Amino acid sequence: MTAVTRQPGAQADERRTPAVRVHGLRKAFGSAREPVLALDGLDLDVAAGEFVTVLGASGCGKSTLLRLLAGLDRPTSGEVDVQGGQPALMFQESALMPWLTAEGNLQLALRLAGVPRQERAGRCTELLNAVRLGNVASRRVHELSGGQRQRVALARSLAQGSQVLLMDEPFAALDAITRDLLHQELLDVWRADQLSIVFVTHNVREAVLLGQRIVLLSSRPGRVLRTWDTRDVPQDDVAGLTDEITHALREEIGRHAHA
Amino acid sequence: MPTREQSKTQQAQRDQDLAQLAGGLDALENAPGGRRRRFDITGVLAPVAVVVGLILLWQVACWAHLKPTYIVPTPSSVASNLWGLITHGTAWEAIWVSVHRGLIGFLASIVIGTVLGALVSQVALLRKGFRPLLSAMQSLPSVAWVPFALVIFQGGPALIYAVVLLGSVPSIANGLIGGVDQTPPLLREAGTVLGAGRFELMRSVLLPAALPTYLTGLKQGWSFAWRSLMAAELVATSAQLGTGLGGLLSNGSQDSDMPTVLSAIILILLVGVVVELAVFDPLERTVLRRRGLTSSGL
Repeated sequence: MTAVTRQPGAQADERRTPAVRVHGLRKAFGSAREPVLALDGLDLDVAAGEFVTVLGASGCGKSTLLRLLAGLDRPTSGEVDVQGGQPALMFQESALMPWLTAEGNLQLALRLAGVPRQERAGRCTELLNAVRLGNVASRRVHELSGGQRQRVALARSLAQGSQVLLMDEPFAALDAITRDLLHQELLDVWRADQLSIVFVTHNVREAVLLGQRIVLLSSRPGRVLRTWDTRDVPQDDVAGLTDEITHALREEIGRHAHA
Repeated sequence: MPTREQSKTQQAQRDQDLAQLAGGLDALENAPGGRRRRFDITGVLAPVAVVVGLILLWQVACWAHLKPTYIVPTPSSVASNLWGLITHGTAWEAIWVSVHRGLIGFLASIVIGTVLGALVSQVALLRKGFRPLLSAMQSLPSVAWVPFALVIFQGGPALIYAVVLLGSVPSIANGLIGGVDQTPPLLREAGTVLGAGRFELMRSVLLPAALPTYLTGLKQGWSFAWRSLMAAELVATSAQLGTGLGGLLSNGSQDSDMPTVLSAIILILLVGVVVELAVFDPLERTVLRRRGLTSSGL
């Protein structure tokens, strides 16, 4: 059975209901006769305010999972339940509208989110300041650096006012120092706005650094292979955890050499 | 155990460090501004030189008596004919008749072509039905419609507008459809995730994204409108239609008055060039520059 429900508004018992509930999620591509399974029986709950990173090799359906959560695709079967309406989604590329300025992109997001006109300018400034880009509000997208574009894209995602933020390898194309900066900004924003984040990456270090919980997906078809909770790991054993997860990921990739 | 005061200062220090790092990265990454290109005089001189060269060649051909002057008039006789047309007001009258028709026809084409393009690009069944037809129409010279339109509209001005519309609507509609089709899927998806419905997606994402291609369609639409207009005026002449530039050309042709024929051609060319330089070039450049799509050579 397929059921996609998006419950609008904050519920009274929001703390107990997970922000994202995925149950038995299955997604097949291709023809009905020869379906290619991207996801098969994936279960995942994300608590309100939780930061979950999803790790996996190519073909594990990481992006498919996010597209299904964002409502860009429909599941073949299974349940997807996202609290608080349409979640925000950040792509690997900024996906900003190139004919608009940084501010114009935020204005568009605010307008589509139904923010009244007179509140938009103020909200815009707040959002740009949150990503330290107040000084480039009037720049067009092509006049921004790659890092600045992703910061505007982050601000745009926040402009939607959704409690759930989905991120599809948003920092993969950035240099290491810019990425560190954006990690810090993202963590700041996550804490300040108490967001629930599903962050997809193939970078183990990034997954460990950001996630409270790390979910490793198997490849072809994708389902949850293992889960780690970084909150259980003492601060000085992060390197050990990274090694352990890297090992698990390699093992999963190696399994496909014989398949 | 750090006191609350200490952790507060640590937090402030961390914030300051991050702000400084962000500032440094931004300063280094930003391309230096003030890329305004200086005016390039060769852009004007080169085409002028070509025209002057062609006139010289023409003059040499006249001096060589390759053809009698009643067939190929000298540049000076054409120039004095043109001067006469301008000073007597005949030229202005013909330009006014043609240009105002062209404008009305073109504006109507914009409205029809844009609505048609928007519908065809969005409704699957309309797309299947109209897309091939629009492409076919674009390759049909609209002068082919003149004999038919002459009969239908009995030589009235409607015939000219009909031919102009048939010439330019397909280009404009195809420009819009092409632009919508070329919109990166990522931008559509970004719009959908932001909560845009079908109409909002068209208004706030697809139409702005299609603008550069749409503008190219408009430019082509104008040149097709202008050509169709000239063809219609050249073929369909009657007292109730007045004398436009095409009519002027037709009159010259009937009188075997080659200086007038050549003057009319020059005027038709000039109007085309002026519209291109004054309207479409700046429009196109502005749109492309805003999106960072201009190369340094443009």
